[in-house]
Amino acid sequence: MPDMSRTTQPDLSINFAGIKSPNPFWLASAPPTNSGEQIMRAFDAGWGGAVWKTIGEPITNVSSRYSSIDWNGQRMMGFNNIELISDRPLEDNLREITEVKKRYPSNAVVVSLMVESRREAWHTIVQQAEDAGADGLELNFGCPHGMSERGMGSAVGQVPEYAEMITAWVKEKAKTPVIIKLTPNITDIRSVARAAKGGGADALSAINTINSITGIDLNTFIPAPNVGGKSSHGGYCGPAVKPIALNMVHQVMSDPEAALPISGIGGIGTWRDAVEFILLGAGTVQVCTAAMHYGYRIVEDMIDGLQTWMTEKHFAGIEAFRGLSIPKVTSWKHLDLNYKIVAHINEQKCIGCDLCYTACWDGAHQCIHLDRVSGPVNGHVELHKKPADIQNETRSSIAVTPIPKLDPPKSAQEPYPTPLARIPRVDETECVGCNLCSLVCPVEDCITMVEVKTGLHPESWDERTTTTLTGKN
Amino acid sequence: MHDLPQQNAEIARRFPDLHPPFASQAAVIEANRCLNCFDAPCTAACPTHIDVPRFIKKIASGNLRGSALSILDANVLAASCSRVCPVQVLCEGACVMHRYNKQPIAIGRLQRYSMDAFHSSHGTLPRKSLEEHPQRIACLGAGPASLAAAAELRQRGYQVTVFDKRPQPGGLNTYGVAEYKLPLPDSLREIKLIEDLGVKFRFGVEIGRDIALEDIGQQFDYIFLGVGLGEMHKLDIPGGDHPAVIDALEFIANYKTGRTTGVQGDVVVIGAGNTAIDAANASTRLGAKRVTILYRRTQAHISAFDFEYEHAKDEGVAFHWLTQPVAVNSSNGKLTSIECTRMDIANDGTLHPVANSNFRVDCDIVIPAIGQSPLVEFLSKLSNVRIEKGRVLVDRATGQTSNPKYFAGGDCINGGREVVDAVADGKRAGIAIAKALEAAHA
Ligand SMILES: Cc1cc2nc3c(=O)[nH]c(=O)nc-3n(C[C@H](O)[C@H](O)[C@H](O)COP(=O)(O)OP(=O)(O)OC[C@H]3O[C@@H](n4cnc5c(N)ncnc54)[C@H](O)[C@@H]3O)c2cc1C
Ligand SMILES: Cc1cc2nc3c(=O)[nH]c(=O)nc-3n(C[C@H](O)[C@H](O)[C@H](O)COP(=O)(O)O)c2cc1C
Ligand code: SF4
Ligand code: SF4
Ligand code: SF4
Repeated sequence: MPDMSRTTQPDLSINFAGIKSPNPFWLASAPPTNSGEQIMRAFDAGWGGAVWKTIGEPITNVSSRYSSIDWNGQRMMGFNNIELISDRPLEDNLREITEVKKRYPSNAVVVSLMVESRREAWHTIVQQAEDAGADGLELNFGCPHGMSERGMGSAVGQVPEYAEMITAWVKEKAKTPVIIKLTPNITDIRSVARAAKGGGADALSAINTINSITGIDLNTFIPAPNVGGKSSHGGYCGPAVKPIALNMVHQVMSDPEAALPISGIGGIGTWRDAVEFILLGAGTVQVCTAAMHYGYRIVEDMIDGLQTWMTEKHFAGIEAFRGLSIPKVTSWKHLDLNYKIVAHINEQKCIGCDLCYTACWDGAHQCIHLDRVSGPVNGHVELHKKPADIQNETRSSIAVTPIPKLDPPKSAQEPYPTPLARIPRVDETECVGCNLCSLVCPVEDCITMVEVKTGLHPESWDERTTTTLTGKN
Repeated sequence: MHDLPQQNAEIARRFPDLHPPFASQAAVIEANRCLNCFDAPCTAACPTHIDVPRFIKKIASGNLRGSALSILDANVLAASCSRVCPVQVLCEGACVMHRYNKQPIAIGRLQRYSMDAFHSSHGTLPRKSLEEHPQRIACLGAGPASLAAAAELRQRGYQVTVFDKRPQPGGLNTYGVAEYKLPLPDSLREIKLIEDLGVKFRFGVEIGRDIALEDIGQQFDYIFLGVGLGEMHKLDIPGGDHPAVIDALEFIANYKTGRTTGVQGDVVVIGAGNTAIDAANASTRLGAKRVTILYRRTQAHISAFDFEYEHAKDEGVAFHWLTQPVAVNSSNGKLTSIECTRMDIANDGTLHPVANSNFRVDCDIVIPAIGQSPLVEFLSKLSNVRIEKGRVLVDRATGQTSNPKYFAGGDCINGGREVVDAVADGKRAGIAIAKALEAAHA
C-alpha cells in the first residue's frame, strides 16, 4: 500500500493563464453549460469551471441532432452532434452569466464566443461578455457544421491568417484572458495554434469535435441523425476521440512556437483521462460527452480519484506533474532499434481460447504454435500444422455426450487449469515483439512482453543513418 | 402431420419453459461475451460440431438468418437440441469462460434464440444439391437419428422414405423428452421442415410386422436403422403387473400427448437415471402429493446428470438410497404400498440385501424406470447385420454395419445416449450413404 498517511490533501486549484478555479475540471462549451441554472447546479456538484455554451447571434437548431456509436453493448462510445451555438436570446445568457458569477465568485466562468468575422461584431460581443462578468473568453473557431457555412467556426479555425486576425481583434478589446479553441479538422493543428499565439492569444483549448458520419440506417438508407429524411456530417466526440485529442495536445505543447497554456478536451470522462491530458501539458481539462451521458455527478470521482492518485505519487499540486510525459513522446527516428521484447504466455492463467494463436498467424508473424503436447521445444521449430489442419482434425473427430456411468470423468492430471493441448507456445526466435497477442488475450496479465537482452548498444535509425553517412561507426 | 397438434392447455400450464427464451437485447449482449475462440472447444464438444462461435457472432451482428443456417448446416434438429441437450456436459461445459469469469456462454439459449427467429420467419431448410437422384433410401424409425439421415440425403437430392410404427414422427423427441424442455408441437414443427424438403413419411407401419424386412430390402437401395431401443424393463417382483404400475416411458408419453393431465396421491419412481428423474419431475408437476425415488445404490452411483439430480430435488422429489423394491402391495384392487428392503454395498462393490430390513412406502402409483431393453427380436431378423450386447455394430465414422446395405445410428447403436448423439450418427450415415451412391454411379 502506498503511503496515504499524509493528512494534507494535495492542492487541486489552478491558475490557467490568469483564470483561477478550485480544480482543473471544467465543463466544455456545450449543452451542459447552456444556462445559468445548469451551471450553478454543476458548480454545486463540484465542477471547478464552466465554458458557457457559445453565444453569438441566436440561431435555430434542427431535430434530431445527436447520434452515437455503440460498441459491443456499451452505449455511446462515440457521440456526434449537428447542433449549433446557443439558441437562447443573447440578453438571457448575459444576465445569467452575471448571476452565476455573483453567486459563485470562486468558480471559473469562461464565455465561449462566435460571431461573424467583422471587427466591430467581435468588439461588441467581447465587451458584452466581460461586462457580464466573464473570467475569460474562449473563441470558438471550431464548430464544423452549420456555422462554417456562414463564414464562422471552423471556416475561421482552418485558415491560420483568419484565426490570427480575429484573435488580434479580440485582444484589442479584451481585458480578460483569451483562449482559442482549436478545430481538429485540419492537416496540422500546430499551424492554427501558432497563428493564435501570433495574434496574441493567452491560451488554447483543444480539441473541438471531429467531422463525422456515425452511421446509416440499413432500412431507410438515411444516415444518423435523421432530420426529416436527410442528414449532415456532424461533430464527433466522446471516448472514441481521446487518442486523437491527446496527440493533438502533444503536438501543440511540444512545439515552442505554438505552446501556450492549454485546456485539454476530447473524450475525458474519468480522472485517469484527465491525468493523461495534464501529463501532456494541459492546465485544465474540459468535459462534454461524459457529462451528457452520466450527468454532473461524474466530477465527484474525478476529484476524488485525482486526489488519491496525487497523494500516492506525492504530487502536492497540479503543476508538479503537468507536462511530465511530453518529452517521452519523440519522433520514430529517435527510437532504439536494438530494444527487443518477446511475448510470454503464463500457462497458469491461459484459458485456452487460442485467440493469440489466430492473431499471430493471420495478423502477425506465425510464431505462436499449438504443439505444446509434444513436450518442451527449444529454439526454432520449422514444421507446424497450419490452423486449418488443426480445425479439420477436430471437426472430423467423433464426440459423444458423456454419460456419468459409462464415461467416468478423466482424473485431472494436467499441470495447468487448461488442457496442455490448448495452451499455445511462443517461438521466441521468430517473435517480433509486436504486442498483438498480448492485446487480443482476454485475460489480464496472461501474455506479457518480456525484454530480451540483445547485447547491442541502443541505436536509433537517426544514429544509424548518420553514422553511415559520415562514415563513422 | 399437416395440422400440428396443439399442446394440451392443462399440460402447457403445468410445464412452463424450464429455460425461458432470450429477449433480443439480452441475446446480443450474451453473444458479445463469446470470445470467438480458435478451434473452439465448445464446437469440438458438440457431437454434431455446430460452429458455435460462428453462429453466435452472427447473432451479435444482427444476421439471424445466417446464424440459423450455419447451425442447421451442422444439425437439422437444432431447435430441439437447443432445448434438450445437456449443455452443461457438452458445449457449455467445454466453454473456456469456466476458466475466466466462471460463467460459460449460454450457448443453448442462444441457439434456441436463433432457431426461434428462423421458425417465426418461416425459414425453410436449404438443399445441398439441386440435382435429383433416383436412388431410394429407407429410414426405419422416425426418431432423431433417422430424421437427420433422411434430411442429409434428401438435401442432396435422394429419394427418402421414413417409416415409424407410431402416429407422429420424432421418436423420443416427441414422446419422451420432458415437456418443460420441448413441448410436443415444437418437436413436430421442426420435423415439418424435413417433410417440406420432400422426405416421405409412413406412419403406423411397424417394420418386421406390417412390412417384412425383405420387402424393404428389395424396394430400397440403402436402409438406415434408427429404431432406438425397445420396451422398458418390467418390474419383475410380486404385484409388478398391477395396473397402477406404469412404466416411465408410457407415463411420459401419456402426459405429453395429453392423455394424462393430472396425477393424484403418492408416486414412487424406481431407478435413478435421467428417465426416472423426468418421470418424477413430471409427477410433481402433474399434482402428485409426494414423489419418492427409490434406488438400490447411492447417489454416487446414479446415471442421471448432476444438474438433473439437483433439478429433481428443487422440484421436491425425495430420494431413498440403498433401497430395493421387493413387492407391490394392493388391497381391493387398489395399489397401497411398495415393499422394500435395505441394501448394503460390500467392499468389492457388490450389493447385498440387509436381513430383516423390510419396510413399506405407501403409494398410489409405481413408475419403474429401470432401463429400456434393446429390440432384440427385431434386430435378430436383420440379415448379416452384426449385433453385440443388443447393439448394432457399426463403423463409427460412417455408421455402416457389417451388411454394407445397412447403416445405423442413435440409441440402437449406443445403447441410449442423447438426442444430439443420434442426430450426429444420422448425419454421418447420411453423408456416407450419399458418398457410396455417388461412388457407385460416378
Ligand atoms: C424419458 C426420456 C427422456 C429423455 N430426455 C432427453 C433429453 O432431455 N435430452 C436428450 O438429449 N436426450 C434425451 N433422451 C434420450 C433421447 O431421446 C434418445 O437418445 C434419442 O431420441 C434417440 O434417438 P433415436 O432416433 O435413436 O431413437 P428414438 O427416438 O427412440 O426413435 C426410434 C423410433 O423408431 C420407431 N421404431 C422402432 N422400431 C420400429 C419398427 N420396427 N418399425 C417402425 N418404427 C420403429 C419408434 O417408434 C421410434 O419413433 C431421453 C430419453 C428418454 C427415454
Ligand atoms: C451537443 C454538443 C454541442 C456542442 N456545442 C459546442 C459549442 O457550442 N461550442 C463549442 O465550442 N463546442 C461545442 N461542442 C464541443 C465540445 O465543447 C467539446 O469540444 C467536444 O464535445 C469534445 O469533448 P468531449 O469528448 O468531452 O465531448 C459541442 C459538443 C456537443 C456534443
Ligand atoms: S489469448 Fe491468452 S488466454 Fe487465450 S490462448 Fe492465448 S494466452 Fe491463453
Ligand atoms: S508479439 Fe506479435 S509476433 Fe510475437 S507472438 Fe505476439 S503476435 Fe506473434
Ligand atoms: S468456448 Fe465459449 S467463448 Fe469460446 S467460442 Fe465457445 S462459447 Fe465462445
